[in-house]
Amino acid sequence: MTESWIEAALLSDVPQDDVIAVAVQGQEIALYGVDGDVYATDNICTHGHARLCEGFLEGHEIECPLHQGRFDIRSGAAKCAPLTENIRTYPVRIDGDKVYLDLG
Amino acid sequence: MDSKRSDTATALAPTATIVIIGAGQAGGWAAQTLRNEGFTGRLVLIGDEAHPPHERPPLSKAVLAGEAAPASTWLLKPEAFAALGLEWWLDTRVTRIDRAAKRLETANGELLSYDKLILCTGGRARALTVPGVDTAAVHTLRTIGDALALAPALRPERSIVVIGGGWIGLEVAATARCKGADVTVLEAQSRLCERTVPPEVSEHLLGLHASHGTRVMLGANIAGIAPGTGGRSVVTLADGSTLACHAIVAGVGLVPNDELAREAGLECDGGVVVDAGCRTSDPDIFAAGDVAVTPNPWAGRRLRLESWQNAQEQGIAAARAALGLAVDYQPLPWFWSDQYGMNLQIHGIPLPSHRVVARGTPGADSFVLFYLDGDVVKAALGSNAARDLRFARRHIELCKPVDASRLADPSVPMSRQ
Repeated sequence: MTESWIEAALLSDVPQDDVIAVAVQGQEIALYGVDGDVYATDNICTHGHARLCEGFLEGHEIECPLHQGRFDIRSGAAKCAPLTENIRTYPVRIDGDKVYLDLG
Repeated sequence: MDSKRSDTATALAPTATIVIIGAGQAGGWAAQTLRNEGFTGRLVLIGDEAHPPHERPPLSKAVLAGEAAPASTWLLKPEAFAALGLEWWLDTRVTRIDRAAKRLETANGELLSYDKLILCTGGRARALTVPGVDTAAVHTLRTIGDALALAPALRPERSIVVIGGGWIGLEVAATARCKGADVTVLEAQSRLCERTVPPEVSEHLLGLHASHGTRVMLGANIAGIAPGTGGRSVVTLADGSTLACHAIVAGVGLVPNDELAREAGLECDGGVVVDAGCRTSDPDIFAAGDVAVTPNPWAGRRLRLESWQNAQEQGIAAARAALGLAVDYQPLPWFWSDQYGMNLQIHGIPLPSHRVVARGTPGADSFVLFYLDGDVVKAALGSNAARDLRFARRHIELCKPVDASRLADPSVPMSRQ
């Protein structure tokens, strides 16, 4: 498998215990900062068409702002109703102050 | 999704049969939950529509506007629905519950025995009863079929009269305007959504619809409907004024489908009465969603919640209860509506006795109103403020005292209240 790391953001732009959205190669990605680590998922909820970057991050779970579905940002696992599909996650690499993603 | 199986052993034998009447959102979530909780017995989901379980909110918006296909509202993709391994009896109406024999009868004459029964029969749009109503095609909006039937009428150079300035009426009016139709909303009360929002929010809704070119007539009582020229209908108001239109939509409330339960002798009071364990007056019969009347501690009384949240959460709770798991369903009511670009949410139950604290300006695009009892937030309502409202919801649930002046200051983040 080939990996292609794409620069997505500055580490200093990723808020701790919160979420921001970035556009990477035309894709909307949500970046989360938790305990010094950065996680990345698709930004659009698999249920409605809400943006997770406007949601509510608690620990490693992001709650959708519209219908309160929750995903584990580490695995993408859907944790509760109304979600019936997991969300896609992306590998993250941090190099200095730069955050790289592998969009696969 | 994660199947979080509970440790509690289920009280039902693997050979048991659970029947769910009603294949809407509540019935769909009840079915999924039974399987997620490990129920392997026979599961029958009976619906009177030809559609698999789906969410209704888009029916008055994206589906009505033709921007989303009906299938986009389905709770589950077809393969996930099939994987539930249930019998889906579509287009099927149950005509009788024989509680003594624990058996159902359908309109086709089929008999079906159950060990546990979950009623998710929902409601139907209340029919308009005014003189001449039979002379016009009066639309209502509840089902996918209703949305598809109304959609072609919503276009430029067509005039629509919406009877009823509640949530369905206003959402249909907004969609109709967005499609270019000429829209008039007739509301019998003195303000919009009078039953569910405080006066300041009715004002906000009135301003929103007026700014998009919809005529809203308050205190408008209808004397009758008659055929007009060019395929139009004529709506006559009590003051004698008339409105000619190409289509009429009545959004005048929901009637709970509790007839089956009443005829079976279950306790009903404007819907099927259940306790916090979703149990009806028969211990083997449960009810959830629009049809269920439930004690609600936030309201201090029992009430029937017609909401997306309740359909989902009570459907899940009733399934767990049917399996013998501990259930204490006491939701903080949560309701939302989308009209034009506005997402309006209400958490809790605002009461006239509450002190109102505004964060932002009511009438602006984004604002939140908090409803306080002393210095405790009891309810919150806001426009385009989902994130702030999520924090507000937590305040309500925790009953934590707040500083009203900080709450009113948008420069103080809600996370630091």
